[in-house]
Amino acid sequence: MALRISPARVWRERIPRYRLAGRQCRRCGRRHYPPRPACPYCGSRELEEVELPRTGVVETYAVIYTVMDGFRDRAPHPVAVVRLDDGTRVLAPLTDVEPGEIRTGMRVEAVLRRIRRDGEHGLIAYGIAFRPALREPRTRRSQG
Amino acid sequence: MARVYVAGVGVTRVGRHYGRGLLDLAAEAAFRAIDEAGVEPGAVVVTNMLASRLQEQDSLGAYIASGIGLRGRPALHVEAACGSGGAGLYTGYAMVRSGLVDSVLVVGVEKMTDYPTSTVTSALAQAADAEYELFYGASFTGLNALMMRYYMERYGVDRDTMSEWPVMMHENALINPYAQLRRRITREDVARSQVVADPIRLLDSSPIGDGAAAVLLVSEELASKLPEKPSVYIAGAGAATDTVELGSREALDRIPAARMAAEQALRAAGVRPEDIDVGEIHDAFTINAILLIEELGFAERGKAARALAEGRFRPGDRPTLNPSGGLKARGHPVGATGVYQVAEVAMQIRGDFPGVRVEGAETGIAVNMGGDGSTLTAFILRHA
Ligand SMILES: [Zn+2]
Repeated sequence: MALRISPARVWRERIPRYRLAGRQCRRCGRRHYPPRPACPYCGSRELEEVELPRTGVVETYAVIYTVMDGFRDRAPHPVAVVRLDDGTRVLAPLTDVEPGEIRTGMRVEAVLRRIRRDGEHGLIAYGIAFRPALREPRTRRSQG
Repeated sequence: MARVYVAGVGVTRVGRHYGRGLLDLAAEAAFRAIDEAGVEPGAVVVTNMLASRLQEQDSLGAYIASGIGLRGRPALHVEAACGSGGAGLYTGYAMVRSGLVDSVLVVGVEKMTDYPTSTVTSALAQAADAEYELFYGASFTGLNALMMRYYMERYGVDRDTMSEWPVMMHENALINPYAQLRRRITREDVARSQVVADPIRLLDSSPIGDGAAAVLLVSEELASKLPEKPSVYIAGAGAATDTVELGSREALDRIPAARMAAEQALRAAGVRPEDIDVGEIHDAFTINAILLIEELGFAERGKAARALAEGRFRPGDRPTLNPSGGLKARGHPVGATGVYQVAEVAMQIRGDFPGVRVEGAETGIAVNMGGDGSTLTAFILRHA
């Protein structure tokens, strides 16, 4: 009973998922992700698509041990709310890191990863995951 | 404005009812509420979250209404994840208050124990955003764990202090005859229990269980014609929403929809938070209760967990919170929970709640939440 992967569904979401495309509100200036038809903060429909920065910090995280169907081979599965460098929040899994090494405030960067496979039909879906930042020194770690 | 009265309530024991189906459970609760009120409802509202997924049953309004002998009546199914019960009561309240019908049976029912935990976990996760949370393997517990860690780190609250809530809930449920978990636990038990989604442990989480609850609402005019005039009425109702996805909210340690719903209900009833004698609030996870206590104005921001550890909100204190044992220990048959809460607050005000009793309770609040803060309802109940 896992979330079924449909090629149409995966294709439809490819831009925000692969390129981390969000929206910026022309009225209040705030950015949001995932992209929505109206601004979740002020309700405005005047939005433009923006590519979001690919680096940020872990604002909070959880390590999931009792995983859902479709993620059995992933436990323990760490997920985080990442605050990107422009302030936009993105929820995504953490990758290339041991659960015990994760800290609030650690710098991370977005990478494209295989997220899940549909057990019945073998379809694979890709999306954003965050790994500890490689391009810059991990200076924030001690602040955790 | 004409009042809407609670003419009858009915609840079933929460637990593993392997021998009974969705309809059997709904019927037990519904028959009690109808018999207590002494009136057959003009309409039915069914509240449920998981039947479409787990029982593979839709058309729940007609299915339940005809199954409990009310064939022909208008019947609806209202869904708002774990907030379905409150959303259904809001609907039923509006139907009576508008004069469309003079009585509505709101019956919440959920059957969760037929399948393995991973299947139920996947179904419950549908309360979250399918494309941007579920897709990434963020289970419902995982999303609440994100909020719990954020709260604990931001306000410097440790694990043991948080554990005071589940300990109190198990204590309150000990003498509740229909509670799912009736055993005492300690802070150490919480700390040692299985990690579900760190920092949430098994004993921070409400159990999986089957159950049904029903509330029969009637108009003021019908209430005055009943052999025994109901002693409790709904003095105010409120409802509000927020984004389903956690990341778009303004803060991770707040549930603003709870404050909005509660303010509407309080204003309509003309009461203040300090007038509340008893509350049943949504504690699917420890962190939910802590955040709701703050949103409802019962504690300052960041201080609810410490207030609990200092002994607040226990029987004897005002307000007493979750004398039933809450979702944590009474149990959380998700789509039925909001109906349990209103039934429980009504019984407290009537003075016939079968468990921990809040003596002399005149005013109570019930707060039900869907998702991790996306659909909130609040009801103020008062003694007539
Ligand atoms: Zn805006």
